[in-house]
Amino acid sequence: MTTTIPPARSAAPPRRPAVTRRPSAARWFSDIGWRHLVGVLAVLYAGFPLVYVVSASLSDGGTLTGSNDLFASVSGANYVALGGTKFWTWMGNTLVVAVATGVGTVLMGAAAAYAFSRFRFSGRRVGLTALLVIQMFPQMLAFVAIFLLLISLGNVVPGLGLDSKLSLICVYLGGALGVNTFLMYGFFNTVPREIDEAAKIDGASHAQIYWTIVLRLTAPILAVVGLLSFISTFGEFIIARVLLQSEENWTLAVGLYGWVSSLQDANWGLFTAGAVISAVPVLALFLFLQKYIVGGLTAGSVKG
Amino acid sequence: MSLPATRGSGRTGWSPGFLVKLVLIALVDALGVYAVLAAWGAGSWGILAAMVALLLVANWAYFSKRALPLKYILPGLAFLLVYQVYVVAYTGYVAFTNYGDGHNSTKEQAIEALLVQNERRVEGSPSSPLTVVADGDTLGFAIISPDGVVEAGTADQPLETVDGATVEAGRVTALPGYDVLEYAAVLERQQEVTELRVPVSSDPNEGSIRTQDARTGYVFTSTLEYDPASDTMTDTTTGVTYSPNDDGQFEAADGTTLPVGWRVLVGLDNFVTAFGDDRYAGPFGKILVWTFAFAVISVASTFLLGLFLAIAFNDTRLRGRRVYRTLVILPYAIPGFLAALLWSGLLNRSYGFVNEVLLGGAQIPWLTDPVLAKLAVLGVNLWLGFPYMFLICTGALQSLPTDVLEAAKIDGAGRWRTWRSITLPLLLVATAPLLISSFAFNFNNFTLIYMLTGGGPRFDDASVPLGHTDILISMVYSVSGLDGTAAKDYGLASALSIVIFVVVATISALAFRRTRSLEEIA
Repeated sequence: MTTTIPPARSAAPPRRPAVTRRPSAARWFSDIGWRHLVGVLAVLYAGFPLVYVVSASLSDGGTLTGSNDLFASVSGANYVALGGTKFWTWMGNTLVVAVATGVGTVLMGAAAAYAFSRFRFSGRRVGLTALLVIQMFPQMLAFVAIFLLLISLGNVVPGLGLDSKLSLICVYLGGALGVNTFLMYGFFNTVPREIDEAAKIDGASHAQIYWTIVLRLTAPILAVVGLLSFISTFGEFIIARVLLQSEENWTLAVGLYGWVSSLQDANWGLFTAGAVISAVPVLALFLFLQKYIVGGLTAGSVKG
Repeated sequence: MSLPATRGSGRTGWSPGFLVKLVLIALVDALGVYAVLAAWGAGSWGILAAMVALLLVANWAYFSKRALPLKYILPGLAFLLVYQVYVVAYTGYVAFTNYGDGHNSTKEQAIEALLVQNERRVEGSPSSPLTVVADGDTLGFAIISPDGVVEAGTADQPLETVDGATVEAGRVTALPGYDVLEYAAVLERQQEVTELRVPVSSDPNEGSIRTQDARTGYVFTSTLEYDPASDTMTDTTTGVTYSPNDDGQFEAADGTTLPVGWRVLVGLDNFVTAFGDDRYAGPFGKILVWTFAFAVISVASTFLLGLFLAIAFNDTRLRGRRVYRTLVILPYAIPGFLAALLWSGLLNRSYGFVNEVLLGGAQIPWLTDPVLAKLAVLGVNLWLGFPYMFLICTGALQSLPTDVLEAAKIDGAGRWRTWRSITLPLLLVATAPLLISSFAFNFNNFTLIYMLTGGGPRFDDASVPLGHTDILISMVYSVSGLDGTAAKDYGLASALSIVIFVVVATISALAFRRTRSLEEIA
């Protein structure tokens, strides 16, 4: 944009916005136009790998080389071929683990937040501080110890040992309190205590107050925590990789990594088709509930 | 409990809620008792004690009227204690041991393994007619001893005399308590049969019965002999005596050691290895520097790009900004592992989209050149991370108090001045805690590194499984040997975990203190 501007026009408008005159092209560009330019570039940058993956998943070649001509051919061959692999088993495993972890995290985190927010008991301050400290040690750092612990547990109760989805869920739930209680605690504090006190006078028990009043009023934060937990569990790799040994039990992250790391070129079509399908649930959740998630993020949680 | 108002809230009647509670606790108790019994059977005393303690606390919490807060905290707390607090503490313990390949177990197990591994057929020992039998699914042997007695046992059950066996043509054909395996069944489980060893007695020095043909059994005894009194191993063929050393191995006078050791506390040895050992110190230093660089540059680059875009789209006159916003945050909605795998294909040297199409057939080794691989990792992380920063910057920009901005305008502050003295400080206050979390997250961004480059390209020194883009957490993973490419060294891996913890915790603590001072200024 190098339009030369007649000096008279450019000198006239600065201090008199009331004069309704069409702004010059340069003025428009410095105000709004560059924003469009930035926007288009940013969308291209953010979007081209996504366009590519959709195109590659639809190509009939299935190799890395054959995927470079965008939309040169459109066929569902790769998607059909997924049926002959363990992909759908992995998808099922991932959904089971992520949903169970999400629900469990919400239930346990909310209960703890309720106790910290509503009751005054000895050890409350210490407990809150301890949670803050524990937060700093990400669970994934201890994967060696988790592995060793599960070997011992597996000798006693096989279902809680290595290579079991149940034990993976248990491990993830171990991280539930540390990460989310604070987020919920802050939100629970914003629900006026007068409401529970009124209910108490009317004869409600603490459990009734919790299940029928507090949980209803805090539903937005529960949704956020559940979603964030679902999304981070969905993509968790290192612990799942260490714990799950047989292919039957793998999650998507472990399985798709296996495809790409071994014989990258040959499995590319399968991987891209699998990637598109596995991105859909998370993408859909994210776009529909964007508003809540963004609210939860700025309240202090991070994508995991 | 000090609030008098909550005292009457623990209800007892047979209300539906109470029934639900009763059923749930009955279920927990049933599972707990099962686990306690199983732990008893397996001889795992630690697990037994933990389970009993958890069960007692749970029952007390849910039936006592005085434990109201605990009723709500306990479920999460139990998981937290077992799967987070305990494992962290255990990491701390393992960091001071030599746990890993060659030092996997307790001393008793190591002695047993050594005796078993060195078993040889005793020269000139008598052969006994042998029959393969099964006790349920467990295989066992029945033999007729030289003095004509029928004895049977399995791998876990040493030989003992069995009465009432049917012997035909010098072989056992039926045995009370066991099923005799048909020839076809033996063939099917041939490998299991040839690997089976049935101890002669509970003393491992006495050896075991083994067979090659499923028809005759021989006594195998170990060439090593353990003497519990002097706590030494003696090789009966050479006469060399091995005694235990401080590293958890049996060592002879000339310094040779037996291959199987046990785990012992080794003090700070693992930390010394990380910082001072010839093989590890060099890579460790490089990886430490790169980890910091990676985390700092990642946070800075994603923040700057996100902030820039947030400013660019933060103008109500911009048409279609909702569309821009939605499209720009798409990378954030893609699970990180998928994005990293996708980019590893896009950046492939020979066939990748970036080289082939965007750069017109260039052969740039994005993921295999030490410098380019680092740039590629940072570039991909920028793509992955900027939408998050964009989101939080947009949120922070929109929630800036307008009165302050107006006041600045009235005081005659220009655009730049307003931006520098008001907008930016307020923005930093709002986003600083998130930047710190982002730093901590990237410091341990295992998924990205492992999926994109696998830590490679490798360092020139091939003796350690480490590479130029490895960060500390991926180094921990490689050193631990859990991926099967290197010898397992849980001790060193745990020591490195502790180092990461110290770094992240220190930086978080310092940064949060600094944030507080930022807040005070604002």
